[in-house]
Amino acid sequence: MIAFDFAYFRPETLKEANETYKQLIIAGKLPLYYGGGTEIISMARAGSIRFDAVIDIKSIPECNTLCVENNQLIIGSAVTLTKIAESGCFPLLGKTVSRIADHTIQDKITIGGNIAGSIIYREAALPLMITNSKVKIIKKNKLHELPLLEIFDGNLHLQNGELIVQFLIDTNYLNLSYCHVKKTKLDKIDYPLITLAAIKTDNGINAAVSGLADKPFLLPVKILNEQDVPEAVRADKTVGAIQNNIIGDLIIAGKEYRMFVLKNVLVQMFENFKEAQYAGI
Amino acid sequence: MGYIIGQNIIRKEAFNKVTGTAKYTDDFIATGIYHADLLVSPYAHAKIISIDISAAASAKGVKKIITGNDINVLCGPLIDDKPPLAKEKVRYHGEPVVMVVADCEQNAKAAVAKIKVNFQPLPVVNSVSDALKENAVLIHENLQQYKKNVSDVYPETGSNVCGHVKIRKGDLQKGWQESELTIESNFTLPQSDHAAMETRAAQCQIMPNGRVIVCSSTQAPFSVKEQINKTFQVPIEDIDVNVLFVGGGFGGKAAVQLEILAYIAAKAVDGHTVKIASSREKDMITTPCKIGLEAKIKIGAKKNGKIIVAEMHYNVDCGGYADIAPRIAKAIAVDCAGPYNIENISCDALSVYTNHPVATSFRGFGHTSLSFCIERMMDKLGAALNIDPIEIRMINALTEGCYSPTQVKVTLSNTGNFGECLNKLKTLINWHEGQRIVESNHLIRAKGVGCFVKTSDSPTNAISGVLLTFNSDGSINLNCGAVEIGPGMKTTAAQILAEKLKMDIGRIQVKMEVDTQTSPVHWKTVASMTTYMVGRAVISAAEDLIRQLLNGAATILRCTPEDLEIAEEKIFLKTDQKIYLTFKDIVHGFQYQNGNSIVGQIMGRGNFIMNQLSYLDKETGEGKAGPYWTPGAQAVEIEYDTIQHTYRILKAATVVDAGKVLNPKTVKGILMGGMCMGLGLGTSESFIYDAEGIVQNTSFRTYKMMRYGETPDYLIDYVETPQLDAPYGSRGLAEHGIIGIPAALANAISLAAGIDVTKLPITPEQIWQQKEGVRQ
Amino acid sequence: MLAFKDKSIISLNINGDNVTVMVNPSYTLLHVLRENLGLTGTKPGCENGDCGSCTVLVDGWPIKSCLMLAVEAIGHQVITVEGLKNAPIQRSFVENWGFQCGYCTSGFLMVCHALKNIHPDADDFIIEQWLQSNLCRCTGYGEIKDAVKAVLENKI
Repeated sequence: MIAFDFAYFRPETLKEANETYKQLIIAGKLPLYYGGGTEIISMARAGSIRFDAVIDIKSIPECNTLCVENNQLIIGSAVTLTKIAESGCFPLLGKTVSRIADHTIQDKITIGGNIAGSIIYREAALPLMITNSKVKIIKKNKLHELPLLEIFDGNLHLQNGELIVQFLIDTNYLNLSYCHVKKTKLDKIDYPLITLAAIKTDNGINAAVSGLADKPFLLPVKILNEQDVPEAVRADKTVGAIQNNIIGDLIIAGKEYRMFVLKNVLVQMFENFKEAQYAGI
Repeated sequence: MGYIIGQNIIRKEAFNKVTGTAKYTDDFIATGIYHADLLVSPYAHAKIISIDISAAASAKGVKKIITGNDINVLCGPLIDDKPPLAKEKVRYHGEPVVMVVADCEQNAKAAVAKIKVNFQPLPVVNSVSDALKENAVLIHENLQQYKKNVSDVYPETGSNVCGHVKIRKGDLQKGWQESELTIESNFTLPQSDHAAMETRAAQCQIMPNGRVIVCSSTQAPFSVKEQINKTFQVPIEDIDVNVLFVGGGFGGKAAVQLEILAYIAAKAVDGHTVKIASSREKDMITTPCKIGLEAKIKIGAKKNGKIIVAEMHYNVDCGGYADIAPRIAKAIAVDCAGPYNIENISCDALSVYTNHPVATSFRGFGHTSLSFCIERMMDKLGAALNIDPIEIRMINALTEGCYSPTQVKVTLSNTGNFGECLNKLKTLINWHEGQRIVESNHLIRAKGVGCFVKTSDSPTNAISGVLLTFNSDGSINLNCGAVEIGPGMKTTAAQILAEKLKMDIGRIQVKMEVDTQTSPVHWKTVASMTTYMVGRAVISAAEDLIRQLLNGAATILRCTPEDLEIAEEKIFLKTDQKIYLTFKDIVHGFQYQNGNSIVGQIMGRGNFIMNQLSYLDKETGEGKAGPYWTPGAQAVEIEYDTIQHTYRILKAATVVDAGKVLNPKTVKGILMGGMCMGLGLGTSESFIYDAEGIVQNTSFRTYKMMRYGETPDYLIDYVETPQLDAPYGSRGLAEHGIIGIPAALANAISLAAGIDVTKLPITPEQIWQQKEGVRQ
Repeated sequence: MLAFKDKSIISLNINGDNVTVMVNPSYTLLHVLRENLGLTGTKPGCENGDCGSCTVLVDGWPIKSCLMLAVEAIGHQVITVEGLKNAPIQRSFVENWGFQCGYCTSGFLMVCHALKNIHPDADDFIIEQWLQSNLCRCTGYGEIKDAVKAVLENKI
């Protein structure tokens, strides 16, 4: 039970959404864009956020797109994780999102919501971070296309009223060899100790991780791809290079253990890229 | 072969539970009732400096706001040490401080957020060892002034100890002299949660004529009645407690708490119905949890493996208030040696206040914790002497003619055959292939054993009862005071009755709800005692029916009762089965052709009371705590990854001496559920506190339990050594699946990884720390 | 555009019926099913999306009704346990001892029912993936496995 009341709007167009947001701001209200709503509802119930209105973007056609056009996979921000996984459109992304929360909730969580959320893992972003993905955002009633990493460094940096409408991924990336590893403390359904998503392009391995720090981040490409260096050493060097980013906590794991697990995950990743073309674990 | 005993009987309420029609406490939806919500303590130990309710009092829909200062009572089942709402200070994170009563749930919750409490933090007692230190901070400064509700609980003045049970058996000095080998170890087990899927809920209405009507998700409706009577001096005849289906209890719903608050709330709003239901977060920490334990065990043995002597200290973390923890400490002391015969024992079981959430009964009632310690000791002893783990247990097994730690003589009837359980376990878990098997890819498969014996620790005068009435067609209504919390007790009661009367169980209707006004008293639905207690009462009630049926029929059929027999709802002549009356003919009175009638309504009454139980001697512990023991042997097989230090659970096995298995699929289900929960305790379940005693994992997002697919293959087998005084020989069996499992898992992991597991849960991180020698 | 600024009357399709209810936009679907419509077969276990006791079907897919606003359900078909009319999974749970206290049962039934409809050929991996969304504290999941498999294998 949420202890406070708020208004609910379900616009049919981007313009309506933007206009509604604007009007609410003018009226001195605090609106939130609302995708799957899982995080908003649970945080509202816990009393850790307050707002005056939600603008549900699920009826906006652009936010629901899931198609390939002009060699780009277009994923609307309100597309659910289940839909992405079931569509098979981007295997690495499918694999990654089907390990977020649990299967039932994946049918409610949207890709936009996962990336814009306040829970630090944002695992859906990992495959996008390593594939030069772009985003289309709506800003002052206009659509802008820009690289994801320009507005997302693990945290999403959007101004009030701005909204991610779509994610765009070059189709060349979709079927590259990939590796997805999610390690939890023990249980399968849990926040990640580490989630790693990696692909292997002609230029080498690109990898991003979640769970190690207070936001997802890219692993240093240069170290990962030092061809003359043995893989175990590369794994060690990678851990060394990012160890200042790594956090420890009471519930999931301490910092040293996270470093130990990361090293194992990296070794496993190198192995997998050697052995198999598609390496989901 | 029995008439129906030993058959798989589908629970009577099954179709109501798969259609959503079975009703639980919080499914009572009515307009116009009030809702209560609680402001709970954000501190583990703090002084309440001031409470400002002004903003909340004028908030929408608020009917009443109640603080500790409005209530001048202390309550508790054993020691009256707990104010229903904290007064002057809080003693644990999550303790109720202020209660808001409002016209709806939303308004109650919104008003709670408007209350401002000014706390002044106090030093936190964050572990049992902290609590036992010299000059420790006292959590209850006035312990000695508290009223005790029972005579056999011994709080220690000027300390944090609210109970102390001593076992002194044999001659310790002699034992140590004779020992050729000593093993000593410390163990630490955390508090954890019951996590029944239904959170606790209660409602109360006070009628204009003074009747107090409580509806609650409780395992102990008659305790609710007693505690409201005792705490508020409401005449006991005015209190009526109703229980619908209960969505899992595991001991957690035997504690009385929300019912007291619901009563206070209803009283404050002129008797209006008030509903209080815990959110999951509050269900985890505000209402009681499982005990924590710190233990120190030292055993002395001969080189042949025989244990001669044991010195044990079990210190129970009971949290901020005593609740039932001194009884759990007693239970630990009573079975302190596990299923082993040790001639010389000194055991001290303390219940210790800390600034942790309050602990209450939990599936296994302390035995899971004690078994962890004892079973780790057995493996350590076996390893030191190079004796096989099952062999070392066999050498020390409790057998007929031995004496328990409280000096009760063991018989096959009262304790079953533990050795035979071990034998069967060997086959079940394929012991002969080896205990530690190195496989390819850095994997090791390993097996660990964990055993148990458990008796109950009820009051020595615990009672149960059954009432039987007939419908006009000869079918029977069975009414007992045990609550249907999940294990299918009501169906078992019907099964026992069907067996006794040799009739179709489909013709026996069991009243699923309990209503303390019309249901016969049943102590509590706890302690794996229900089949024994209710079953005995059912048999006694059936005998009462049979006597009346035979006497009535004998008159009508012009013979003696001894000439008659009963089966299939007929009372017939032994010598000529064609001469009979049906139940229908007689149960509401027999009518002759001319209209004359005799016999009248037949009703059966059956009762049970514990016999031969006694208080334990304060100095030696001598005495009889429970009517029988149920023994068993369990094993867990894991696969351990030597590089990542992760593990998978492959198999879990249980062999238990059931006496007689009444309803096989139901019994197996309860055992598997317990085993699953035991694996949860072993792998992940525990409250995690920060340095200030604040519980960090109060939701299922962070408090992890076993899920589908994480569980192993379950292997279950039975020994059936009849218990002579139990219904159809059936030994009490419910909680037992959980007891030896965490120990078995710890033994398997210790062996696989070559480490010494002395704590739960066992996470890969902890294995890694031990393997790599990393400081925690 | 749908817009509800305050307490509003909305129309929902629940178990095939169009029903009209007065709700606050902040009410979850779980709350409205239980408190407004008396459909108490849908259970609150955690109201945080962790336990699955409140699972219902929305357009045929399992959804945790504690993490959905009632107003979000406008325009969708909602099925609760009360709307499972003699579905094979119900009998299968009974015959396989798939529950004890019964509290988590509705949620498991909804997930299994949807699984059978959406993935009639589900293998162990998919079954596990779907059923890991729900918690059961009484069984050790063994009988639930038997129950869902019996339905997938058309044995019920």
